[in-house]
Amino acid sequence: MIELKQVTKIYPGSSTPAVDGVTLTVPKGEVCVFIGSSGCGKTTLMRMINRLIPITSGTIRVNGQDVREMDVIQLRRHIGYVIQQIGLFPHMTVHENIATVPRLLGWSKRQIAERVDELLALVNLEPRVFRGRYPRELSGGQAQRVGVARAMAANPPVMLMDEPFGAIDPINREVLQDEFLKIQEKLRKTIIFITHDIDEAIKMGDKIALLDAGRLVQFGEPEELLTRPKNEFVKSFVGADRVLKRLNLLKARDAMMENPVHCLDTDPSGKVLDGMLEQDLNFLLVTDRNGRLRGYVNASDLRGHTGTVGDLVRPLTLTVRPDQNLKEALSKMLGYDLGILVVVDQEGKMLGVLTTRTLVSLVGETYDERGGHWGKITANGRIL
Amino acid sequence: MNGARRNGPRGPAWTVVGMGLAFAAGAFAQSQGFFEFALENSEDVLRLFVQHVQLVAISSAIAVSVGVPLGILLTRGFMRRFREAILNVLGICQTVPSLAVIAIAMSYLGIGRPTAIFALVVYSLLPIVRNTVAGILDVDPVLLDAGQGMGMTPSQVLFRVELPNALYIILTGIRTSTVINVGTAAMSFLVGGGGLGDLIFTGLAMVDPGIMLAGAVPTAFLAIAMNWAFGRVERLVISKGLIKG
Repeated sequence: MIELKQVTKIYPGSSTPAVDGVTLTVPKGEVCVFIGSSGCGKTTLMRMINRLIPITSGTIRVNGQDVREMDVIQLRRHIGYVIQQIGLFPHMTVHENIATVPRLLGWSKRQIAERVDELLALVNLEPRVFRGRYPRELSGGQAQRVGVARAMAANPPVMLMDEPFGAIDPINREVLQDEFLKIQEKLRKTIIFITHDIDEAIKMGDKIALLDAGRLVQFGEPEELLTRPKNEFVKSFVGADRVLKRLNLLKARDAMMENPVHCLDTDPSGKVLDGMLEQDLNFLLVTDRNGRLRGYVNASDLRGHTGTVGDLVRPLTLTVRPDQNLKEALSKMLGYDLGILVVVDQEGKMLGVLTTRTLVSLVGETYDERGGHWGKITANGRIL
Repeated sequence: MNGARRNGPRGPAWTVVGMGLAFAAGAFAQSQGFFEFALENSEDVLRLFVQHVQLVAISSAIAVSVGVPLGILLTRGFMRRFREAILNVLGICQTVPSLAVIAIAMSYLGIGRPTAIFALVVYSLLPIVRNTVAGILDVDPVLLDAGQGMGMTPSQVLFRVELPNALYIILTGIRTSTVINVGTAAMSFLVGGGGLGDLIFTGLAMVDPGIMLAGAVPTAFLAIAMNWAFGRVERLVISKGLIKG
């Protein structure tokens, strides 16, 4: 747990504080993202936690202990530290780099070797290939993986990460973010994560702290910043597309309609057609006996058919997984002009469906008080 | 990849040129009576050669053990304001001709080996101190931040991060200083410090190229050998991670 209370930093010779009375608490096991434009004080604030920058006033507690009362060297050895420029030691191999803090703590050689290999595997680098390499022999993404492994070497409960993925190309950045979230899900460290990228903040943060000119403007869950921005500054910072950004936060599982209307592939065509006409449906989803998605049938195909629906089923290849976010789902729906998207699990079992309407009602702000639904708009031009 | 560069296409060509030059120099030396003198007085030449090596070894060892710590000190926070002043003083020492340094040293310390060694130390200090300072200041500040942030003490940052990364530039300073020192040490003869300068200056005074070359050729050989040896040492002690490939 990290508690900041009225933390203030005034650099010598400066009249305006770089950090001005910031109070916030990061609960154990959560990721708190510090975000703001450059010069907002986010890096200064972070560097006061491991006392790389002295605190002017206020208190910082890490796991209940006031950092100013702790031995600074011990404090730092028990806080993982990752920086944007990675800062791997070029004269050391990957193994030696990761071993830095364990060595400072006096671990045995065997213990260190085991830990290094374990960490390399954790960050998806094959230990046999990478442990003997020098940093100059690594790509940017590989180097930052080693950087993260090095920070976690002594298994610190708290980690500080200053724009860890900022210098990495967008494709690899996304891969690293996903890997990191997976690791975090397992290890549950208390993490301060700095970024200036709002999308990254929304993706990585359990909490977001938005800073401006040294002051904490809003602190809360990503959802809260997007739906209830405190003021115009927050609104403009999260962007005009904040409604779309909310889609990033929601999983297909959260938005899907469960047990949608469907039939089995063994059902007789005639009966199914009757049912469809009754409910005014043009298309119908088809599953097999075990609930696995087979595809869909078209009402006009069924007309006059005497066999089972299974003969006429058309495949539906575009589906989503329940843990994919709604942004990906919407992108598929828009990209292929689909009215619905079926959510299936790994075995292909149908869990539910997403429709454009459910998505809109989920993330959209309601304008109902200004006149309700428009109804169906046609292309008929002037009405009178 | 290092090996490939060492044995690159230009390697053998230079070897041939070098051998040709060595042959020509040998022929010239023979015509000047070098071999004759050197062989007849081989014991003297060897004695002076050993003296010369001692002068260089002692003075360079002192210069390194003073210069490197001084250079490190000048990069520490509390000494930063003296850095320019001290480097300037050493710069002046280096600007004064070596002969003058030896002369000045003699006027205070009298004649003998200690005077010679003192003068040689003063004269070798600058490249070592300057390169130590430059090498340490050249280390990427990000590495220091990473080291501190992970909980290294200041001395751990110095020995585990700063010095290993500055080693190449520091060793280059020591190499330059030592190789120059081999030449300067020939002046020791003038204050009674011995060394191969004995033969060089005697040969010059007697206008006898044989005697002069008996001093000059081993001096040159020693300088080249030193340079080569330092190259080997660098390759051994500098981390492979720092060699730009």
